[in-house]
Amino acid sequence: MRDLTNEILELIRRASSSLPADVEKRLREAIEKEEPGSPARGAFETILKNVELSRANSTPICQDTGTPIFHVHYPEGWSTRKLKGQIRAAMAEATKRSYMRPNAVDAVYDKNSGNNLGGDDFPYVHFEEVDADQPLTIELMLKGGGCENVGRQYSLPDNSLGAGRDLAGVRKVVLDAVQKAQGQGCAPGVLGVSIGGDRGSSYIKSKEVLLSEMGTRNADPKLAELEEHLTKEANEMGIGPMGFGGRTTVLDTKITGLHRLPASYFVSVSYMCWAYRRRKMTVTGEEVSYD
Amino acid sequence: MREITTPISDETIRSLKVGEAVTLTGIMVTGRDAAHKWMIETFVKKTRPPQGDDLQVYEELKRLLNGSVIYHCGPVVAGLDTKEYKFVAAGPTTSIREEPYQADMMKHFNVKGVIGKGGMGAKTLKGCQEVPFAYLHAIGGAASYLAQTVTRVHGVFKMEFGVPEAMWVIEVKEFPVVVTMDSHGGSQHAVIEEQSKKVLDELLAR
Repeated sequence: MRDLTNEILELIRRASSSLPADVEKRLREAIEKEEPGSPARGAFETILKNVELSRANSTPICQDTGTPIFHVHYPEGWSTRKLKGQIRAAMAEATKRSYMRPNAVDAVYDKNSGNNLGGDDFPYVHFEEVDADQPLTIELMLKGGGCENVGRQYSLPDNSLGAGRDLAGVRKVVLDAVQKAQGQGCAPGVLGVSIGGDRGSSYIKSKEVLLSEMGTRNADPKLAELEEHLTKEANEMGIGPMGFGGRTTVLDTKITGLHRLPASYFVSVSYMCWAYRRRKMTVTGEEVSYD
Repeated sequence: MREITTPISDETIRSLKVGEAVTLTGIMVTGRDAAHKWMIETFVKKTRPPQGDDLQVYEELKRLLNGSVIYHCGPVVAGLDTKEYKFVAAGPTTSIREEPYQADMMKHFNVKGVIGKGGMGAKTLKGCQEVPFAYLHAIGGAASYLAQTVTRVHGVFKMEFGVPEAMWVIEVKEFPVVVTMDSHGGSQHAVIEEQSKKVLDELLAR
């Protein structure tokens, strides 16, 4: 089996230092809506300068290089054990090269491992098998701790918010999550929302939905409409970039629906900061491409 | 834009108002979760006896922090092998986690500014008025840009906390911030929270 350690290292470099074009485009649209000379406009100016600088110098966009979340789609025949080993080797090397901050801290003994490797699940790697004629793809998302900390999970009904077990209730709890987050998740953010599942699968899917491009709408028209509606209403709250006050608080909303138990109705909201770092590599035969 | 140089006088702090953009030049110290807990427990509340080089570092910190600024930052640092340190990425981390400690720490060390992101709560705002000091908001996520204002790394304390949690002594030139909590009781964060809550309540009623 081919050794992809160097190619994965390049994937990590790109993810950490080069913001995807679709995210940058949204930020450039957002700055135009803020008043010249306002703190909100100043925040966007600094953000955009930083985006250019980090890309040019291969330095991290944000010093919190986040939880590395890998999603691997592998054609039948690849060894997931070996791929995981290569991902881990690439992660340690990326840390040595300062693409990544040493970010894995033993929660019991408070010790930083120094190389971004900790236990079996740091970095987090999810494998999915695909048909033998499909390419191998590795997607990487880096999710910072500040935005992770403002994520929320609700169990409906939620009486304090008047939120029942339907999409109207989902709308209410998502708006509550945005208001509670204020600027602390490095607004403007992108919302990943999962409806249903158990507590665990619900949170996982609320992040997985963030792997899609900006503006990707759910195929279900009801959810697609709710996505658009939530982005618009969240922005009415005026929290703005960094919580300074302003017109853009949320850049996009992505929703996914799961099956749930009759007894449970969970809504999980994962908040992604403006430094929405996600990259994908595709291995087709000998060729490796990135987007 | 107004330029401020460390050490900062009380008079300068009193002249700062919410919404004002300023730049900072001079020496400051980074410190976040582990550092704040350690400082408060070991030197302020004294619930934990000093260990290792604690007392020696304390003397250094008293000198460095007096009139200076603490920066909530866990940087990416190059040159760890050679100890020729260089800040590669150094944006602010979320400040609210230090809410239990901040005001007491600022008072104990006579610190005049705290740089972070997301703002802080009522206890810190009260401290801003009493000590006095100001909360200076840096742009979260703008790590490569902010690292460029770090002209020199003078040294590091408490490396056993790990690179992000260690206390780095840095010299900065024209580090950009916005005053979002001032020494007169003003807090942009409290204002935005209240306004957005009002809108939320209207939206929930629809």
